[in-house]
Amino acid sequence: MDHPMPPAPASPTPGPSAARAFPSRRRGRWHPPTTETAPTRAVLIAGAVLFLLLVLLAPLISVFAEALADGLPGYVAALTDPEALSAIRLTLLVAVLSVPLNALFGLAAAWAIAKFEFPGKSLFITVIDLPFSISPVIAGLVYVLVYGAHGVLGPFLQAHDLQVVFALPGIVLATMFVTVPFVARELIPLMQEQGTGDEEAALSLGASGWQTFWRVTLPNVKWALLYGVLLCNARAMGEFGAVAVVSGRIRGFTNTMPLQVEILYNEYNTVAAFAVASLLAVLALATLVLKTLLEWRYGDALMARRGH
Amino acid sequence: MTGQASLSSRPLARLWPRRRPSVLPGFGLTLGFAVFYLGLLVLLPLAAVFLRAAGLTPEAFWALVTHPRTIAALRVSFGASLVAAFINVGFGALTAWVLVRYRFPGRRLLDAVVDLPFALPTAVAGIALSSLYAVNGPLGGLLAPLGIKVAYTWLGVVVALTFIGLPFVVRTVQPVLEDLDKGQEEAAATLGASRWQTLRRVVLPALAPALLTGFTLAFARAVGEYGSVIFIAGNLPYRTEIAPLLIVIQLGEYNYAGATALAVVMLVIAFVLLLAINLLQAWSRRRLGGV
Repeated sequence: MDHPMPPAPASPTPGPSAARAFPSRRRGRWHPPTTETAPTRAVLIAGAVLFLLLVLLAPLISVFAEALADGLPGYVAALTDPEALSAIRLTLLVAVLSVPLNALFGLAAAWAIAKFEFPGKSLFITVIDLPFSISPVIAGLVYVLVYGAHGVLGPFLQAHDLQVVFALPGIVLATMFVTVPFVARELIPLMQEQGTGDEEAALSLGASGWQTFWRVTLPNVKWALLYGVLLCNARAMGEFGAVAVVSGRIRGFTNTMPLQVEILYNEYNTVAAFAVASLLAVLALATLVLKTLLEWRYGDALMARRGH
Repeated sequence: MTGQASLSSRPLARLWPRRRPSVLPGFGLTLGFAVFYLGLLVLLPLAAVFLRAAGLTPEAFWALVTHPRTIAALRVSFGASLVAAFINVGFGALTAWVLVRYRFPGRRLLDAVVDLPFALPTAVAGIALSSLYAVNGPLGGLLAPLGIKVAYTWLGVVVALTFIGLPFVVRTVQPVLEDLDKGQEEAAATLGASRWQTLRRVVLPALAPALLTGFTLAFARAVGEYGSVIFIAGNLPYRTEIAPLLIVIQLGEYNYAGATALAVVMLVIAFVLLLAINLLQAWSRRRLGGV
């Protein structure tokens, strides 16, 4: 424990010998033995900040810089292009269809898992997380193999003139596949933690099952539900791999915003590609801000939350 | 008679516990809906992949899986994912340490920024990284005089996979570090350990399960990643072509057999990784009482 001693500060503190005897009691520039020296701390902080700046923030900044490379008129023109507008409309439509369904699934799954004991429960929880471990490209592939022209249900769908793949239903299904776990995994640990006491009290006071759900359970989990919906929506609007496989990229019809970004970028229409990308980046930033606000304001109500 | 019947069924009941009776309603409705939804959306379509693969003869399957281009794509995906996951463990641990242990201006902003790869669509990250690291881009231009080319090389794949994997490590290590009892570090210091010894012998072993879990999560995500990689990779067959891209290419060529075979290989690997993650998390829960 022979750290170099800094010169004694002006304030009346114990002398150097006392400080050596009780190093952790000493305040000021002398650091306690359970942390690093000030220069080490500065180097570590600088290293982490620099890394995050280069790896995470630089791409974000470059999206806006490239989008505005031709000035505001070029940016506006790129965003008001009919194909861009149709991509925005499709992306919103896909999110409106897939997010509520996954939220409903999340609520149902969390209710069954958190409020009841049944065999196979941990397996069920694992299966809910399954889509997170599967490549989005494979999520798209499975729907092509089921609903495509050469798929299991292909002949049936063709006979009835129904189109799933290369059309809206396929895009929605693929999006739902990759976003299934988001709401469920926020609600399950929270509702498990909350137990069944509140609901039992409500039922014993004469509430019906639905009343208990609406007036007791839902208010208890509303912030976690919102949190899950937020993340689910961000992924649904930004999903690329799964949608790329099932959409067929029919311009103006089955192109979502991320696919429009890809097409424009591959055509060397960089400004337009980054203009559409900047909208998705704004969505990501808004998601992060709301998510951070929820964590600060309602951290306790989100409890048991973890990264994924 | 009835007593005997219940007695004989007891060992079975222990293996397959009956549902504990509950006064709450809705078990059948919610579980039924959830299982139906998950089955229709996830499990049955996944089964279709295995069904399709089962239609191939073992020889045909083996020939597709061991095709040089497939092997090369798998090697690129796994090699780059491994390197990226190692980078993520190093810088993820550093980031988590700095965020938990130090107080400095902008810390909360930095904490929020860590989640950016979760929120930013992969295609957006892909084109942004690609233009940043292109030879005429702001960062690629700095590296080019040093003879380092990132965009359209194997290094580009690693950069993209590092981007998407970082939050997995930080968000796994961070809560463990927050809950870590500082008393142990104080005890080590009291017993005469230097700070470095304390970090190596006390802090690192406590973080090991979380680091390993974060590594596996980042690796698993990287192996299947598509959107952020394809723009920066250059996608040269045998060199910088990743496995998910090869699936897309084969689908585009109506080579369903090839796409299915590669998908089965990747699915099996994904299942193994998922199992590993579950075991690792169980291990760290046992060790630390909750991740």
